[in-house]
Formats: sequence, structure tokens, C-alpha cells
Amino acid sequence: MQVPAPFQYARATTVDHAIELLNEGGDGARIVAGGHSLLPMMKLRLANFDTLIDINGLHDELGYIRQEGNEIRIGSMTRHRELLESDLLATTFPIFRDAEHVIADPVVRNRGTLGGSLCQADPSEDLSAVCTTLDASCVIRGRDGERVVSMEDFHRGPYETAVGDAEMLVEIRVPIRPGGSSAYFKVERRAGDWAVASSGAAVWMSNGVISDARVGLAAVGPNTTGIPAISEALRGRAPSEELFAQAGALAAQACSPAVDMRGTVEYKRHLADELTRRALRKSVERINEQGA
Amino acid sequence: MTTVETRLTEFTDNNEKPVGYGRMLRKEDPRLIRGQGNFVDDVNLPGMLHLAILRSPMAHARIKSIDTTAAAALEGVVAIVTGADLAEKGLAWMPTLSNDVQAVLATDKVRFQGQEVAFAIAKSRYIARDAIELINVDYEILPPVVDVRKALDPDAALIRDDLKDKTNNHCFDWETGDAAATQAVFDKADVVVTQEIIYPRVHPAPMETCGAVALFDAVEGQLTLWSTTQAPHAHRTVYALVSGLPEHKIRIIAPDIGGGFGNKVPIYPGYVCAIVAALVTGKPVKWMEDRSENLVSTGFARDYIMNGEIAATKDGKILAVRTHVLADHGAFNGTAAPIKYPAGFFGVFTGSYDLEAAYCSMTAVYTNKAPGGVAYACSFRITEAVYLIERMVDCLAYDLKMDPVELRLKNFIKPEQFPYTTKTGWVYDSGEYERGMRLAMELAGYDELRKEQEEKRSRGELMGIGVSFFTEAVGAGPRKDMDILGLGMADGCELRIHPTGKAVLRLSVKSQGQGHETTFAQIVAEEIGIPPSDIQVLEGDTDNTPFGLGTYGSRSTPVSGAAAALVARKVRDKAQIIASGMLEVSVADLEWEKGSFHVKGDPSKSVTIQEIAFKSYGAGDLPEGVEGGLEAQICYNPSNLTYPFGAYICVVDIDPGTAVVKVRRFIAVDDCGTRINEMIIEGQVHGGLADGVGMALMEMIAFDEDGNCLGASLMDYLIPTALEVPDWETGHTVTPSPHHPIGAKGIGESATVGSPPAIVNAVVDALKPFGIRHADMPLTPSRVWETMQGRHVPSI
Repeated sequence: MQVPAPFQYARATTVDHAIELLNEGGDGARIVAGGHSLLPMMKLRLANFDTLIDINGLHDELGYIRQEGNEIRIGSMTRHRELLESDLLATTFPIFRDAEHVIADPVVRNRGTLGGSLCQADPSEDLSAVCTTLDASCVIRGRDGERVVSMEDFHRGPYETAVGDAEMLVEIRVPIRPGGSSAYFKVERRAGDWAVASSGAAVWMSNGVISDARVGLAAVGPNTTGIPAISEALRGRAPSEELFAQAGALAAQACSPAVDMRGTVEYKRHLADELTRRALRKSVERINEQGA
Repeated sequence: MTTVETRLTEFTDNNEKPVGYGRMLRKEDPRLIRGQGNFVDDVNLPGMLHLAILRSPMAHARIKSIDTTAAAALEGVVAIVTGADLAEKGLAWMPTLSNDVQAVLATDKVRFQGQEVAFAIAKSRYIARDAIELINVDYEILPPVVDVRKALDPDAALIRDDLKDKTNNHCFDWETGDAAATQAVFDKADVVVTQEIIYPRVHPAPMETCGAVALFDAVEGQLTLWSTTQAPHAHRTVYALVSGLPEHKIRIIAPDIGGGFGNKVPIYPGYVCAIVAALVTGKPVKWMEDRSENLVSTGFARDYIMNGEIAATKDGKILAVRTHVLADHGAFNGTAAPIKYPAGFFGVFTGSYDLEAAYCSMTAVYTNKAPGGVAYACSFRITEAVYLIERMVDCLAYDLKMDPVELRLKNFIKPEQFPYTTKTGWVYDSGEYERGMRLAMELAGYDELRKEQEEKRSRGELMGIGVSFFTEAVGAGPRKDMDILGLGMADGCELRIHPTGKAVLRLSVKSQGQGHETTFAQIVAEEIGIPPSDIQVLEGDTDNTPFGLGTYGSRSTPVSGAAAALVARKVRDKAQIIASGMLEVSVADLEWEKGSFHVKGDPSKSVTIQEIAFKSYGAGDLPEGVEGGLEAQICYNPSNLTYPFGAYICVVDIDPGTAVVKVRRFIAVDDCGTRINEMIIEGQVHGGLADGVGMALMEMIAFDEDGNCLGASLMDYLIPTALEVPDWETGHTVTPSPHHPIGAKGIGESATVGSPPAIVNAVVDALKPFGIRHADMPLTPSRVWETMQGRHVPSI
């Protein structure tokens, strides 16, 4: 059994209470949600915090997936299992179910949360790539109220986010646009491992032509970011294998993987290419199925 | 006898309740399944303290100073102990199981990342762990020796300056076979294939990590150690020799053990630290390593670079095999191996083939890595040997453009050649190899698979069919040849039948999950007709079991299983004399029918073994010269090893775009001689096959250039899950061992030994369109893809 260093523990009863506790704890305080990244790091003593603020009691307040107008709103305490099982998400953004199928294992999915995944800001993390692909925005709440930031602004670098010391991520908003679908592909060495590389794609079409498309990659660079060049290359074009290949090549160029036990730089670039093609192909297939 | 099993279905009755051999549920499982097992970490004694070990963050560094002031001042800390403290007691170094020495706590320098430097004893596990963070060690960093190929370079740093007159990192040289005769055969051969084959460093990673609870009774001078050990008796003797405590005052208890795979054969510094802590504090002390400690510091496995050469005629008659091996033994030679066999039983690298000559030379070196070597269900390095020969045979098939099965069938040792003496001196007891191979082909539908592969290849799909055929040498071993630190590898066994006909069997081996409480009860049941449920099997407590060398190298059934059968026969012989008195006939007039003796020709006159047992303790006279009671003990010294074998076929599909390997099917035909409990055998095979998938596709303990271990957690060191393994398809043949009392050969490691080459051969076969003849494990997607690009497989 690996044991963490001593820390104080507090259990938040409401979001406001959590923010109050964060404010009291200063920069030595951290929120624990599912705990599947934070607790192993603490047990390995790679991270030590004075205070953990447990927000698992806030699932009632922050665990939801609902449509409001032309947005899907997901509470930050929504667990992986709920994302996986949501028919609303599967219909609107099938990329979520694709990704959740390959995130960890059922035990982790029962506990891990969307908010925790995004706030951990691990460059290999799948849901960050999904939210980037979908052009999601993040609602951050502090003592002075809420602010909404884009995924690009949310992730400031590996393990760094726009969430301040006395703030917490409360909601993710995903815009719904007509004529779209999405998909996610991941290569892992073994079920439950972090991605060697993964690629998510979202495509919107009208009259047989791609009106917009976005691609998000994971594990192939310090940051999960959208790739505007791909969107530009795809807009206004009819889908084809050549077009997907062009997008794949752009993905391979745009990423900056590092060699590790999961793979060589060349292989990861190859995967960025290959998986981007697959994700685009699948997204278009799904749009065509909707039309049919 | 040949049996083709269909896949296990829901209709299979695994609980036939046999009085003897047959399928039955494991007697130990209710306890384990209901959480009523008792593992070392479940041992909690009044006043018990906890121990945590500070480990080196560096692979190679001189210790300039250690400051323990802050740690000692932490509330709840009882003591901090360093190497210097141990040196004062003469306990800073201990012997390894290969007659090398290993530091208990480093005194001069650290020699691998994760090496033990100091320990804290505290009132809780948390405080002990907090305390070691406060120990301040000043290191002078030394250049590490990480690349095994550079270990003997003249400018390589000297690791073992503790050894007198040591000037380089050479550990030992070893050879087997006939170099000149082999050269002569190679000179005349039509075809010679050469291939470097790497078996990477892997780790057994048992679910339960290593640990101990030490209790020292100062009044009685008695040490009791609950310990995660596969060999409690051997450990007790070593502790007696090291500590100076008399052996009768040391009691080792191995309670339930959560997996061993060889990881729990060595004596680790942590065990010694726990003993020292109990002596120093006068309190019971628990040490339980965490997962990272287990992965970075305890017995690894493999780490052989093998240059293989195989010579053959152009029509595929294999003539000779030769290899040179470079073996990485880490910082201390901690291999558990008989003195005469520093490379374990690697000498069986000639495989299952009838050869004219064979030769192996080996150079073993020290590096700045954790010690170990023989572990992970390897049958004393047979895993490496089988991998070498089975890869080389496939390389030869590739060059000769022959089907790999056809090539094997052409070269097998024939049934009439047994007992067969190999060119390296091993005497294979029995085998019918072609029968096993053909059964595997039948189960697999081999010819149809080849047709399917041809069609798929024409469409650009990558499908591979891999074959391996292995012969193991297990059940070590004859005491004239085999020992651990001078202790012969024989096993004692005691059987006592109680007055009411129930029995207790005491064994010297120790289950780590293999199901001994069931298998051994069945062996005795078969011999004396008492149901297995009436036989209690005791093991793992040195005060209550006879001496023997423990469980590893698939030796329990071949050695202790023989002992159990023979001790039961001894009891039956005595029972027969008592029965003759009860039935008033001569011993020769009695006939045994499982569970009872009856008068020849008159089955109505009979006594059961239970009635005899009561009589043996009861009132009234026994036949002249017969002592009361019904019990016996023996020590079994095997006359030879046993040689299980098997034929494995693996089918893989590779995604051409991502290079991800999917194991679609795995067909395993095993021959372990007489089969005692089919269900337990199948379980052993299933587990070993999963191990094989792990080693072939994902497992590797890698190091960076500074000697940092890159496999220090189960996020970094991958173990396969149910999603990576197919439904196993098993079959078997039965070729009993002629010298074993019940003909059993052992099964514990067959699948771990035999499966990696089948999987690698399948992957390489799938990559044939790329002109690939070999690729090194682990075949992760990245490494497969790099191979497809024609590039050398990357080091990590």
C-alpha cells in the first residue's frame, strides 16, 4: 500500500461551500472529485497538498447532462459512466461514447468525472480532446461569480488550467449545430492505458459539402488544441479519401509528440494522421446515416 | 491417450467430488473468495510497529553522508537504522541464492535505483513513510552501467568494488555442449541461420507484494517470521546461517500467499530489516513493500541477449544449434539457481529436436539494475531457452520457405528414442511430440487457417499463425546435481490418519495460489481411498511441516506430489498388515480396492481404511511387530527431472494502419503426464497463457540512460487484462513420466514458457509480406509499426 503524506480533509456540501473552503485553504488546497489522478499522485508523493476538498457530495448539484436551447450542458461532477450511458450525448455527440468506451475501465468510469478530467489537464487525457473537438466552453465559478472560457483558453499547458486558486469548474457547454456528427479513435498499448495517440473529429455538412470540421488530438503534444489548418482545409469541400488524407497529414504536422514507452515520435505522428482520417471518415459516415 | 476438449461450457461439472483424481472445486477457495484468507499483511500483533525503507533514487552513487536527525525527531518514530548501524552488527551484507553477496542496507555506495539505504521504524505505516522523507542522504553521483553490452568496456564504471580484487563488471562465464563438435556440424551444413534474439527484462508482479512480520521473543530467544516466501524451510536455514540464531529457534510462517511466480523465492533485504527491527525494538515489526518498491527492487526475470545460430540441411533436417548469451544480472547476482547451474536449466535450449550437436556459451555481467534473474514462472531459465529455439526454428523455416509445423514435425525426437539424452546432457524422460502437435493442428484447423491467411494476404490484411513446441525440464531435482545454497532439492512429506479415518498431510512446499490443498488431497485420496474433503493439507509453517525446498520451477507435483503418493502407499502398506490381523488372513491374501482391503475371492470380508485407522489406535492387539497409529513420513529424492511438453498455436490479426496486434485465437495442447485435477490444470494453463500475452505484447522493465527504472508502477509496467486475451482453447495428451510414482510431470509454468514464442511467431508471420524474419518483444503497436517500416525495433 502506497501512503500519502499528511493532509487535511474537508467535505463540501454546496458549490458555494467548496469555493469558501478553497478560499480558506489558499494555494495549498485542492479539490478532489473522482480522485483517479490526484490520489495516485499523492500516494506516489509526486503531489502533496495541505487540504483536500472533497466535492463528491455535490453530484446532485453538478451531475447532469441536459439540453438547453442549442447547447448541451454537462455538470462538472458528471461521471464517466454517465457520459458513456447518456443517450442524449450519444445522439448529439457520438464522440463522447466513442471516447468513454476506451477510457480506463468500469471501476474508474464509475468514479472519475468530466470536471476532474479537464482540470487535471493531462495532455494524454481523452475528454480534453473531445471537448476541444466540439468547441466546448467551460464555466468557472469563483466568489465573484461565473466566467465562461473556451477550451483553448482553459488549457494553459500541461497540468495547468485557467481555474484560479479559489475557483472551480462547474459546467461544460457544447454548442449544437445542425448537420453534424463526430467520432473518436484511440490507440493504446492495453485496455485502460493512456493513449499512445488519439484523434477526435467533428464534421458538419450541408448539401454534400463540409460546412465546418474540427479535429482534436491527445497524447501527441504538450497541449490538446484544435488544429485550425485542418478546419480551413476541409471547409467547403466534399468529403473524400484524398481530403481525409490531406487532413491526416496536417494533423501529423501539427502535433509535437515525444518518445516514451508508448511509442516513437514517428509512430505517434503516423497515428495522428491515421486516426484523424478514421475519425473524419466515421463522422461523415454517421452524418450520411442520419440523412438516410 | 488423446483427448480433444471442446471449450469449457456451462455444462462442465467442475465438482465431480472424486475420491482421487478428477475435476473438483478447490478446497481453499471458499476461504479466499469470502475474504477469510490470511495474508502477511493481515497479520496484526499487539504493539506491532511498522517499517518503511528509504531507497536510492540513483542507479550508481557513493554515499557521502546520511543525516537521520530530522527523521528520528518525528513524533511516532521509534528508530532510524542505516547501513552503518547494520555494519556494526555484521548484518550490512547477506548472501544471495547464487553465492554472491547483496547489501541489506547500502554502506559504501548504491548500485541500483531502488536499493535499500535506510529504514524507519514507527508506530504506523504512515509515520514510517513520512519519516524516510526526512532522511537526508548526500550522494556523489557515479556513472551508471545501464547498457549491458557496454558493461565489460574497459572504461565502464566498476560496480562491485566491494568484491576483493574485482576490476571489471564480469559476473560469470558458463558453457554447455561441445564447441568443437558443433563447429564441425556447422561447417558441413547447407544452411546456417543467425539471429540475435532479445528476451527483455520483465517482472513477475504478483498481486500481493513482498512483506514480513517479525516477532522476537527475547525470553525464549525465539524468532517468528510471517513472510511472503515460496520456500519457508530454505529461508529458515539461510536466516540461521546469516543471523547466528539457532535454527530451532526460528519459525517461518508463510500464510496465504497472493501469487509468487518466482518473485518470492529470494530473501530480500526487507525481510532482514524486519528481523533486525524486531531485535532492536523488542516489538513485533511489519514491513510490507508498496507496488513501486516491488517493481523496482525485487526479483526481475529474463534479460538475456541471445545470439542464435541454427544449422540444417537444405531439405530441413536440423543439425545443430549454437548460441552465445549475454546475461544482465543486475547489481548483485541474486539468481536462485543450483550451484552447478548458474544459468538455470538454459541447457535445454536444444528444444524438442533430435540434433547432432549443440553448444552454448554465456557471459553474465553486473549492471546498475535491480538483482534477480530467475523468476516469473520460468522453470529456471527454460523460458529463455524455449524462446530461443522456437524463434530460431521459425527463422530457419522462413529462410527455407518451409511451413513451420512441417519443419518441426520433421525434426522431433521420436517416441521410441526416449529416454533421450540431449547434446547438452539432459535426459528427457518421455514424450510423444508428433501426437501433441497434430492434436493442436486439428483443434486449430491449421490447414484452413493457412488458406484464410493466403486469401487475407491477397487483400492486404495482416493475419499471422504462430506455432511453438516446447519441452520443459521441471521438478528439480536429483540431490546429486541440484541444490540451493548447498541444500539438496528433495522434499519431505508426512501423512497421519486420525482414529476416525480423517487425515492430515504435511508438505514442505508452499502454494501461492496453485491449489495445493486440493491437488495433494486428491493424490493421497487416489492412493488410500479417503475422500479429499477428509484430508487436511498443511504447508508453509516450518514448525509444523517437514523440510523441503519449496514451490518454484513447477516442482511441487513432480517432487512433493511424488512424496505424497509414496507416503500414502507407505501408510497403505501398514494398513494392510493391520487389516490382515482384523480379517485373520495373511497379508498376501488381501486385495486392495480403493478405500478398503478384502480377502481375495471373498469381497464380503473386508475392512475400510477408516476401520483400519480406528483399529490402529484402538484397544486390542495389533499384529506382531506393528506399532500403534497410522502414519508415515518420507523424503523424496527425484531420480530425474520430469519433462512436460506442449504444442501451441496462436492466431493474430494486425491492423495495418495502426500496427495493433489482436490475439484472435490461442490453442494450447499440453502434456503434463498424469492429470490430477483437470480444472486446476486448466487454470494454470490459462494463467500462463495470459502471462505469455503480456510478455509478448506489452511487458518490459526498461531503464533510461541514467539507470532510472521506467516500469515503476502498473501504469508504466503493463499487465494484460481480459480484453487482451482470447478464449483459450485447450487440449491435452497424456504421456506419463516413467520414473515418477504417479506419472505426473508438473504444469505450473508450461504455458508461460511455451506461449511467448507462439505469439511472437504469429506476429512475425503476419508481417511476412514486409520481409520480416524477427522482431523483439514486447511487440507494442509502436514497435510493430517500426518493424513494418524496416527500422530496428526501438529500445523502449
